[in-house]
Amino acid sequence: MTNEALKIALINWNTALVFEEGGEWLNVLVPADQWKPLAKALRTLPEFNCNYLFCLTCVDWKTHLTMVYHLTSLQWQHNLVIKSVLNRDNPEIETVSDIWKAADFLEREVYELFGVNFINHPDLRRLILTDDFNGWPLRKDFEDSVNMIRL
Amino acid sequence: MHEVVGTTPEGDFIINVGPQHPATHGVLHLVITLEGETIKNIEPHLGYIHRSIEKMCESLTYRQFIYVTSRMDYLSAHINNHACALCVEKGLQVEVPLRAQYIRVIMDELTRIASHELWWGAMAMDVGAFTPFFYAFRERETINEIMEETCGARLTMNYMVPGGVMADLHPQFQQKVKNFIALYKKKIDEYNELVTGNIIFQNRMKGVGYLSAEDAISYGCSGPVARASSVACDVRKRYPYDVYGLVQFEEVLETGGDAFARYWVRIQEMQQSVRIIEQLIDNIPEGEFQAKTKAVLKLPKGEFYQRVETARGELGVYIVSEGGTTPYRIKFRSPGFSNLSALNQMAKGGKIGDLVATMGTLDLVIPDIDR
Repeated sequence: MTNEALKIALINWNTALVFEEGGEWLNVLVPADQWKPLAKALRTLPEFNCNYLFCLTCVDWKTHLTMVYHLTSLQWQHNLVIKSVLNRDNPEIETVSDIWKAADFLEREVYELFGVNFINHPDLRRLILTDDFNGWPLRKDFEDSVNMIRL
Repeated sequence: MHEVVGTTPEGDFIINVGPQHPATHGVLHLVITLEGETIKNIEPHLGYIHRSIEKMCESLTYRQFIYVTSRMDYLSAHINNHACALCVEKGLQVEVPLRAQYIRVIMDELTRIASHELWWGAMAMDVGAFTPFFYAFRERETINEIMEETCGARLTMNYMVPGGVMADLHPQFQQKVKNFIALYKKKIDEYNELVTGNIIFQNRMKGVGYLSAEDAISYGCSGPVARASSVACDVRKRYPYDVYGLVQFEEVLETGGDAFARYWVRIQEMQQSVRIIEQLIDNIPEGEFQAKTKAVLKLPKGEFYQRVETARGELGVYIVSEGGTTPYRIKFRSPGFSNLSALNQMAKGGKIGDLVATMGTLDLVIPDIDR
């Protein structure tokens, strides 16, 4: 589907969805508490069939965090970006590791680097950093005087 | 830090493979739960070579950050650089000269051959055949020499820059590549005689580490790992970049989903890479090797995503720009990370002795996973 057709199909599914223009792919903004139903629809409804979660990450905007999910359908060859704004003090969003197994590790990575709590994640532990690491290193206000990563 | 030893309450053994283990080819740590010789669970512990490249890139300019990416998947350094260059070009909307596009694709495919060569030698060594390692390095050395002449380096080349390539080709480049290709075509048959057709090797590989197509998609696998499970995911075919749209080659798909299928996909991919190079090497157009760009690059405000096919699968570069000279946030979607997450699924229920064959065919490069 083209971006336009995809947008129409998404509006047909839920008229309340908000879109962000200007990107290469269609961007959908969704509140954190509505992400899970949308994810389920994108995966299960045959017209979307977004079966491939190829990128899951987070951006720290200093006032808030934004989760970014890049989805693609290997069947229809369309790409879709879902964004969800999270509260920076208590970032929480439902896990999608039961929908796309790829999300299991990717969410663990975002958890330890940004401190996002993925609700109902089966195994939310640190993956890359040591167990006693303090802080969320990819946040903008993180400074580490020992391991300098800022040049 | 993660040391877990002893037995579980159910009486299963817990053993550690790595972080220093010859079969992990890098500092990967696996905590394996064993019932007798059967694997019940594998839990990877990562981060032994984590350098926080993503954070580092936030304070490097768009010309500088590309050099760091050579250190991620060091066997596909060219292709990593290619992805970053393409992503920056997408933001700048620069038209890359055709000559540079040809050079880039030839270099990518040479890298792919060199990477698969190393994998082939190392994997054969993992399952007990030592000779292939020397055969593979003999051919890989030829490619490294070609690279050294043109790029000035053998492993972390840093040859691709936004707008094109760093320098023009060495005068002898075309002739040397053609000599190599002529020699190399015969070598693949030799490899097949030596390893692929070997019944001991086949028994070791077939039916081991099975991954279904559904799981491959769900785990976000890409590259030869997914294509061995008949998932058509080749970025070069699906979203062609540079001159990949102009060349004829086949996307190698196998249906086996086991270690042998993954092995066989890579062997055939080497042949396809040869095919791509053959089509391009005589037709490199004359002209500029680099587009004219400003000394200081500034990407417009926005988000840019570029994916390429490395030797291991789909590499994605996601740049969030605020309009400055450095990226606001950068994310590398590394193919190895997603492929590794499927390891538990593949190895569960199998024997511990087969783990090496499964892991060998995943072709893991740890710095690519840890970043």
